[in-house]
Amino acid sequence: MAIATARRPSRFSVAHAGPFVYALLVVVLLASVFPLYYSFLIASKDNSALGDAVPSLVPGGNLFENLGRVFDTVDFWLAMQNSLVVAGTVAISNVVLGTLAGFAFARLRFKGGNALFLVVIGTSMVPTQLGVIPLYMLMSDLDWYGTLQAVIVPALIGAFSVFWMRQACEESVPYELIEAARVDGCSVLRTFWHVAFPAVRPQAAVMGMFTFMTAWNDFFWPLIVLDPNDSPTVQVALSTLASGYYTDYSLMLSGASLAVLPVVGIFILLARQIVGGIMQGAVKG
Amino acid sequence: MTVAPARSSGTGTKRPVPPPRAARQPWRLRLGWWDLKVTPYLIIAPFFVVFGIFGLYPLLYTAWVSLHDWQLIDGDQGFVGLANYTELLADQHFWNALGNTVSLFVLSTFPQLLAALGLAALLDRGLRGRAFWRAGVLLPNVISVAAVALVFAQLFGRDFGIINFLLGLVGVDPVDWRAETWASHLAISSMVMWRWTGYNALIYLAAMQSVPKDMYESAMLDGASRWRTFWSITVPSIRPTIMFTAIVSTIGGLQLFVEPQLFDPGGTATGTGGTDRQFQTLVMYLYEKGFRLFDAGYSSAIAWVLFMIILLVAVVNFTLTRRIASKG
Repeated sequence: MAIATARRPSRFSVAHAGPFVYALLVVVLLASVFPLYYSFLIASKDNSALGDAVPSLVPGGNLFENLGRVFDTVDFWLAMQNSLVVAGTVAISNVVLGTLAGFAFARLRFKGGNALFLVVIGTSMVPTQLGVIPLYMLMSDLDWYGTLQAVIVPALIGAFSVFWMRQACEESVPYELIEAARVDGCSVLRTFWHVAFPAVRPQAAVMGMFTFMTAWNDFFWPLIVLDPNDSPTVQVALSTLASGYYTDYSLMLSGASLAVLPVVGIFILLARQIVGGIMQGAVKG
Repeated sequence: MTVAPARSSGTGTKRPVPPPRAARQPWRLRLGWWDLKVTPYLIIAPFFVVFGIFGLYPLLYTAWVSLHDWQLIDGDQGFVGLANYTELLADQHFWNALGNTVSLFVLSTFPQLLAALGLAALLDRGLRGRAFWRAGVLLPNVISVAAVALVFAQLFGRDFGIINFLLGLVGVDPVDWRAETWASHLAISSMVMWRWTGYNALIYLAAMQSVPKDMYESAMLDGASRWRTFWSITVPSIRPTIMFTAIVSTIGGLQLFVEPQLFDPGGTATGTGGTDRQFQTLVMYLYEKGFRLFDAGYSSAIAWVLFMIILLVAVVNFTLTRRIASKG
């Protein structure tokens, strides 16, 4: 294998991609961004501009007027507030419960631990959405219809968070530190709080933001269990905007642009870490 | 799947427990023993409790509800055996929704996974600004489906949609994307593809990067082209990942709801998926029956049939992908 060694910086691993590859990637990137830009574009124009023979890609001057109409049509402030409460609570809860469970699976030894972890992974494949009818009945029995806890409680802890945080603990929590804490007489929870949690705080933050985005974007269950007039989330409010008698695209897409804004903001800040988290999960999962 | 490495030296974390004297031990030590034995179960319990109550129980209870004449508002009207199922089998709307679901699933999943493979291969080349490209392809995945559906509803508008404008430039007559069955399926699939191709590409990319480089080098020494190397080394090496994404996409694809539901803004409230139900999926039909017509029993029968179909397709998918990927 002497030859192979000599040629080690092979064109597969190190050689730079040619212009053709970059050109293709630029096309993909444009396709990724275009619908978002287009949404903003329509939001900035009067509906009549849609009828132009040649659609212009330059924003118009009606953005604030259209945004104003969004707030006049639905209670978008309330929707934003609700979404913030739901996504915020779900994110914090997933960070706490997910890190605890992840820590247990990564660093504590208990009977059936590995088997139970496989069960956690398996649950993410179960199409729980199909249980929506009894879930709705359950919420009615609890008198939770139209309340935010109906959306929050089922999402308090997800398999994905447990998986993500187990990974993080495997990487960042050294056994030596845990043993040292134990020798000093720390209980499991104290060890978690003083040793494990500080070590995985960065990963927990990224996971929390990711969970926040997922909860913010959720649509199916909030549509069913929330009252679109009294307790909408942002996504439910969007569907209300869309269900008018005639299709008002400037209005709809102004709402969509607003709904997307916080998530795009978080994504721009944390893209590198989120990409890393997804790719790591793929390799080790 | 890696599992927690069971450490061979059993010291440190496990305190030796002397059973005969346990009763006379100071409470502190006994507490420590309890702590080690019980706390791990307590801190993983919330996941299982939440999943059990709000995930598994409703899913299983669906089967029970489906055997009753059960109204969402008025409750249980009595056991009817398989009546909901026999009615379902004779219901042409059910077959229509099943057909649409399968068509949308096939149209969105297979091209998407192929495109994701290609995109991953591009991203796997030595790129400048890797983080930028990766973030760029993932972006669509973090946008809410509801927002995406509204944007695409405009892009695919019959009169002022930009897709029809572009088609017009090359001399194609405007397509009525909502009225035509095949056109609506294409438009809805494109939404699914837009949201998920980049995500799956990153998963493939991660798998590709763990393929040992020497395999490529020896293939190159043998004079294999990049194309051949890709199909006979890369793809077989990431087989488990391809299987994983195929199964996950199957489970998600067969439950398609939001994209078609919001594709027709005017008809959103009815949930019929177009005037002739051209793009009503099974979950949309389930939603219509359960939450528009309040027939919980019938709706549950739809859910349970879909659950069985998902199980079946997942198994078939699993075997098929394994066979295809192993040929290489």
